[in-house]
Amino acid sequence: MQFISTSPRLANVSEPLTVRFLLLGLTLVYLLAMLVLPLGVIFVEAFRKGYETYAASLLTDDSIAAIQLTLLVAAIAVPANVVFGLAASWSIAKYDFKGKSFLITLIDLPFSVSPVVAGLIYVLMFGAQGYLGPYLQAHHIQIIFAVPGIVLATIFVTFPFVARQLIPLMQAQGSDDEEAALSLGASGLRTFFSVTLPNVRWALLYGVLLCNARAMGEFGAVSIVSGHIRGKTNTMPLHVEILYNEYNFVAAFAVASLLAFLALVTLGLKSALEWRYGGELAVSRGH
Amino acid sequence: MFWLGLIVLIPLAGIFTRAASLGLSDFFTILVDPRILEALKLSFGGALIGALINTLVGPVVAWVLVRYEFYGRGIVDAVIDLPFALPTAVAGLALAALYAPNGWLGAPLADAGIKVLFTPLGVIIALTFIGLPFVVRTLQPVLADLEPEIEEAAATLGASRWQTIRKILLPALLPTLLTGFALAFARAVGEYGSVIFIAGNLPYKSEIAPLLIIIKLEEFNYPAATAIAAIMLVMSFLILLIVNLLQGWARRRTGYAG
Repeated sequence: MQFISTSPRLANVSEPLTVRFLLLGLTLVYLLAMLVLPLGVIFVEAFRKGYETYAASLLTDDSIAAIQLTLLVAAIAVPANVVFGLAASWSIAKYDFKGKSFLITLIDLPFSVSPVVAGLIYVLMFGAQGYLGPYLQAHHIQIIFAVPGIVLATIFVTFPFVARQLIPLMQAQGSDDEEAALSLGASGLRTFFSVTLPNVRWALLYGVLLCNARAMGEFGAVSIVSGHIRGKTNTMPLHVEILYNEYNFVAAFAVASLLAFLALVTLGLKSALEWRYGGELAVSRGH
Repeated sequence: MFWLGLIVLIPLAGIFTRAASLGLSDFFTILVDPRILEALKLSFGGALIGALINTLVGPVVAWVLVRYEFYGRGIVDAVIDLPFALPTAVAGLALAALYAPNGWLGAPLADAGIKVLFTPLGVIIALTFIGLPFVVRTLQPVLADLEPEIEEAAATLGASRWQTIRKILLPALLPTLLTGFALAFARAVGEYGSVIFIAGNLPYKSEIAPLLIIIKLEEFNYPAATAIAAIMLVMSFLILLIVNLLQGWARRRTGYAG
């Protein structure tokens, strides 16, 4: 029996060596052409005219304003979605109520809606011809073509990231730890900060990472609500587009290279988290 | 929960009430505009082709990553997520530069007489780019969980490797493959940032539906923008519904839970 069970594993449960090399080679070439070359082209184009030009095109007033706005938007949108993600996954994982699966579907909704449509819905709500338009105008509150609109649109598209990481993990962990803490006399707040939060911290970090990457890089939704006012409502991705349309390629690629660098850092940290805390994250993976 | 309603539900409902307030006849007059029809055709057609390419290539990539040991596998695995992590505008810019007639890939293709920049082919390439991780990432955990015992049993019973793949592995992966296809397709239909640079946005030729929404908005033609958005939402929903039904069918037929 020993003989039967081991020999096919060696011979027949894999492909012939030539096929394996062929598949591996094809995969590597395909990924190189489809994924690595686009990344490479950004940095090559950005430094085409040397380091000085690169730095100079990043240090214009408009570029600096775009970088600041992007950081500001992410600084509001990410914490907002962390609070929401914690609240949503807490109530979904620890309580039972009707319509729970409907709620989970709703949370995922922004993933399946086109970013352009996401932007459009805010224009329809808050724009000059929108539902709340007349009211907002009467009170001199500007949302569309201003920073609040950009923040709202960003929150919408990055809505699911944190919640999606936390819900499966919290569901798997159950509420035994919390019950133990509460029965030992800890307050609700204390239980949350010293039991629940540490339990999910790596998944939370993972969600924040993805949420932040998307918040800083969002283009479609923000493009609609921003109005592209230079130095005022231009985020980095929008600035890239404007520079490109003005044939200012070096500057466009320079700003793009910053965003690409952000993406690389995100990927690096993400892989490190997966490698180090793979078990915890495995529960919530599978997007 | 109030937050969810405020940010997601109310605005989304707004689209449909807006579209409904147009009335049916106005709605259809807008939609039979040939420019809009062409844009919808390109968005859905391009997304379909892109998702199909990924459904063919994705399993090979996932297979290689799960089953083969090779130097640098960790890095290759991380690279798969690049389309997720790279901002769409940056991806679009990069693809446009890469496939420009003087670009790294554009030049050899131009010599072969293939024009990518500002053609529907460019749109398809961009939509394939952003869809790849969806298929690979859905397949990977399922492939990793498949028990080698089944393949061993097939091999012991005299099945060739190709027979095992076709009769054992493929049916087991089919529901997951459909999920991956659906995710890649849904993403590609609404994609904007990574497409517009390489597409060049020539009306009737390489103009996608999301861009047309933006153009209509800039013309303050809110009814048209809303109508396109509504029809895109409904069509995406229908296609995802069909995929879901197919998935259920595949699952029942093969007895595997995807």
